[in-house]
Amino acid sequence: MRKTFISQNPSVLWFLAALGLFTLIVTILSEGFGLGIVSTSFIKTLGKTLCLCLIAIAMDVVWGYCGILSLGHFAFFGLGGYAIGMWLMYARTETIVVESLAGNIIPPTEQEVIDAIGTQIFGVVGSSEFPLIWAFADSLVLQLLMVVLVPGLLALVFGWLAFRSRVTGVYLSILTQAMTLALALYLFQNDSGLRGNNGLSGLQNIPGFEATPQATISIVFFWASAFALCAGYLFFAWIVSGKLGSVLRAIRDNEARVRFLGYHVESYKLFVFTITAVVSGIAGALYYPQAGIINPAEIAPIASIYLAVWVAIGGRGRLYGAVIGAAFVSLLSSWFTGGGAPDIPLGFYTIQWTDWWLVLLGVSFVAVTLFFPQGIGGLFDKLVRKQP
Amino acid sequence: MIRILLVLLASWLTVLSPVQAQEASLQDVLQTHQEEIASPSRRSVGEVLEALVATAHPDLPRFLERWQAREVWVRDADGLFFFVEEGADAITLIDITSLEVVGTAAKAEMTELRPNGGVRRVIGSALVQFQLSDPDIERRIAAVDAIARAMSADQLPALLSAIDNEPDAALKTRKSRLAGMLAASFAETEEARIAAIAGLGSDLSVDVRAVLNQILSTTEGVAAEMPDDANIARVQMPGTDITYTDAYDRLVAANLAPARISNADILAALTEHVAGGMVGGIPTAQLNTLETRRIAYTALAADGLVPPLVTDAERTAMVDAHSFFLAYDEDSSAITDAARASLDTIEQKVALSQAADLTLDALSLASIYFLAAIGLAITFGVMGVINMAHGEFIMMGAYTGYVVQLFVPDYTLSILIALPLAFAITFGAGVAMERTVIRWLYHRPLETLLATFGISIALQQLAKNIFGTQARPLTSPEWLDGALVFNDVIAISYIRIAIFVLALVFLALILFVLKRTRLGLEVRAVTQNPGMAASMGINPDRINMLTFGLGSGIAGIAGVAIGLYAKVTSEMGSDYIVQSFMTVVVGGVGNVWGTLAGASMIGFLQKGIEWMNPSNTLAAQTFMILFIILFIQFRPKGIVALKGRAAGD
Repeated sequence: MRKTFISQNPSVLWFLAALGLFTLIVTILSEGFGLGIVSTSFIKTLGKTLCLCLIAIAMDVVWGYCGILSLGHFAFFGLGGYAIGMWLMYARTETIVVESLAGNIIPPTEQEVIDAIGTQIFGVVGSSEFPLIWAFADSLVLQLLMVVLVPGLLALVFGWLAFRSRVTGVYLSILTQAMTLALALYLFQNDSGLRGNNGLSGLQNIPGFEATPQATISIVFFWASAFALCAGYLFFAWIVSGKLGSVLRAIRDNEARVRFLGYHVESYKLFVFTITAVVSGIAGALYYPQAGIINPAEIAPIASIYLAVWVAIGGRGRLYGAVIGAAFVSLLSSWFTGGGAPDIPLGFYTIQWTDWWLVLLGVSFVAVTLFFPQGIGGLFDKLVRKQP
Repeated sequence: MIRILLVLLASWLTVLSPVQAQEASLQDVLQTHQEEIASPSRRSVGEVLEALVATAHPDLPRFLERWQAREVWVRDADGLFFFVEEGADAITLIDITSLEVVGTAAKAEMTELRPNGGVRRVIGSALVQFQLSDPDIERRIAAVDAIARAMSADQLPALLSAIDNEPDAALKTRKSRLAGMLAASFAETEEARIAAIAGLGSDLSVDVRAVLNQILSTTEGVAAEMPDDANIARVQMPGTDITYTDAYDRLVAANLAPARISNADILAALTEHVAGGMVGGIPTAQLNTLETRRIAYTALAADGLVPPLVTDAERTAMVDAHSFFLAYDEDSSAITDAARASLDTIEQKVALSQAADLTLDALSLASIYFLAAIGLAITFGVMGVINMAHGEFIMMGAYTGYVVQLFVPDYTLSILIALPLAFAITFGAGVAMERTVIRWLYHRPLETLLATFGISIALQQLAKNIFGTQARPLTSPEWLDGALVFNDVIAISYIRIAIFVLALVFLALILFVLKRTRLGLEVRAVTQNPGMAASMGINPDRINMLTFGLGSGIAGIAGVAIGLYAKVTSEMGSDYIVQSFMTVVVGGVGNVWGTLAGASMIGFLQKGIEWMNPSNTLAAQTFMILFIILFIQFRPKGIVALKGRAAGD
């Protein structure tokens, strides 16, 4: 008898309920729609954390379920952010430029408006011409399509090349890291067309909603992030619970055997790699309007490695583990580095957590890998099931 | 008038004086030009100097120097010149020939000669010819430098006459070289210039090329007909050699065509003539397209308010009716041809030298990559262990060098201490890491990657906490300063040579250890088949530990070497880690020769790409990584792939 998807996976229900409750509580406490106990900037931090949870789930599917340790998913995240950032920046600059030109006696031509926008955006890198990649920047619909298409196509081409030549294991990790590095280095150039190391800024201002206070915008983005996380969780839970999920786990455990059973392993891997890249792009497109700025440093290989760290600490091979890991480590990280944690005086030396947090993270990461390979999620499982 | 009388009187007096038996004293010579010397002008001083130099008086150079330095005074009473020593109120007078004190005078009786900047320059150039033959070599060198800085025609005879009696061989070469360059530009006859230009053809230096380029400098020209008398460098066809826009701009500049009315000009003209919300019969609100603006402007032009538009067709016709060319500033075509030929020869040689220089650069980059990667090749290649903290071992080595230099101020000694110490420290760190972390993860390579990454960020932050974020110096010994210069293009710094030698030594050492020692034999046995090796009495645990320590120790030494030429920061390891992995993967895992091949390929590739696009090292790295990704598609096992059972898999 086929059981329904939800009844097969009770944890999904629990997760969705917890997420819904969390969203409700945050909304009630927020400045935009509730009591105003939680500050707008903290709402943004929470919204960004939800986006990080979404990319962590994607990472968990590609690594924890399929065994591909990709060190490039944060590049897809950044590409999604750049795609939406281009529209945000273009549209907002257009509003400003049209306003400032409205005072002229003779109304501007379309070309003059575009030139003025170009000067405004690219003046910082000594240019005023729109590069080809900005061709669709004036259309929200097309840029939203880019959010999905650019990371998706890059992952498709890269994955096809890599999987086709049977690059596996650590080689693949290093190759994806190289791809991320190449992309970051490319974006660092001033003539990359994306403003070099200045990146895109002012993304928190949503065109058309200039009058809306940031308190409201932040909570709307928080809802959107929560919804995206919810949809992403359902989607990936559905993928990994079906037959496809079984094949993916089999590939992780013994790729050769799956191949001998007649499965076309490369197609499965390519599918998972690409679909998770797309979800990463979407997560990035939701993250950066809340962060307000994106620059190439965000996609440096180190970011993708941190992503792997979150998933490993949270617990691989279980979706809620990725969510726990990403939320726990990224919130803890901002608590420690933001000066929230109290310093520890040792008499002869005072441990300041802004300096020592990374040391703690590195060491605890080694400890987790050595002693708790199942991560926090593993502990959670033990508690729930009362068995190892 | 009085002064002239005084001059006459003075010269009469000096003629009568008994000192002047055989030869006119310098004072007499000077007195014949008293007025011009006492108050010289930029215009007249040239003639005076010429006359003075013509006397070839032996004391003249000293006087000219003092004059230029504003150290000569004139006595108002008789117009005589003196060197002086200024006291509080009186001045001690010194004779300009004998340099003996001849008396004192009150300040009011004397006037200081204060030649202005222009005059002093002229004096300076007259002095050069004396300085060129000065007994003091420093002054001769200074004079040659002065000529080289500002070449002019009048220096040529002086320089030529100062070549033959030059005792110093090196300076003599410099002088004749400089004379050649001067002759190429300023010799009297065309034949002499052509001969001089031909003589420059074997010199690769930048200043010679500058001289030739100066001779070959061109001016853009435009005319209705191609001029016959000009020395034409190149005819420029509109559309192919020069764009129509540029060609029209040149016509406008030569007053051969009316100025172009740009869209911005139209906008400005329209804004100026707006009246009652209308301009040119069109409401301003409709002027938001180029077409309506054009119509409005044409209406204004018809009323004579603005200059008329020039249509595209008219512009094209005007451009086509004219000839565009580049004309040499040098009129003689024989000279420009000779210069072109010489420059071509030079540029060919420069290109060859640049290729050689690029090869040296690439070799040195390759040896750096090799040093950075060889330790990794041992741990990754031989043991199959990914060590993301390898870069941090490099950093530890570099910081070891820095700390040693804090205690041992002698740079040579400190480097000699730092090299083995860095090896010892990173060897220890590597062994400790292998014992505590890596050996539990031998069968989980992905998790080794993550665990060592954790160690990497912890070590990096630790270094930041201890040494701060700013770069620390690791100073090389003095004998490594400077560069080995082959010619004006090919040069390589001694540090890079030292790193190259170090890389070679390590290659030999590692090959020796792996192929000729008991340890190497055991390492290779464990690599190929740990179980079998263990049953033959080899302890795989011990071998793994030692191999890992060896790889880490080499990283430490590489750190000292890299620190010598790059900056020592807590992030220097992560700068090299991706390149190092690339080197190992491209070269082929588990093979020292493979690492060498990989390092060479990446080094040469990077320099090659940088050469094609020199302004942009970021782009070079991007393209290099893309190339490597593609390369791995075609040779997934690297350049030197292991075959047979050793390949494992």
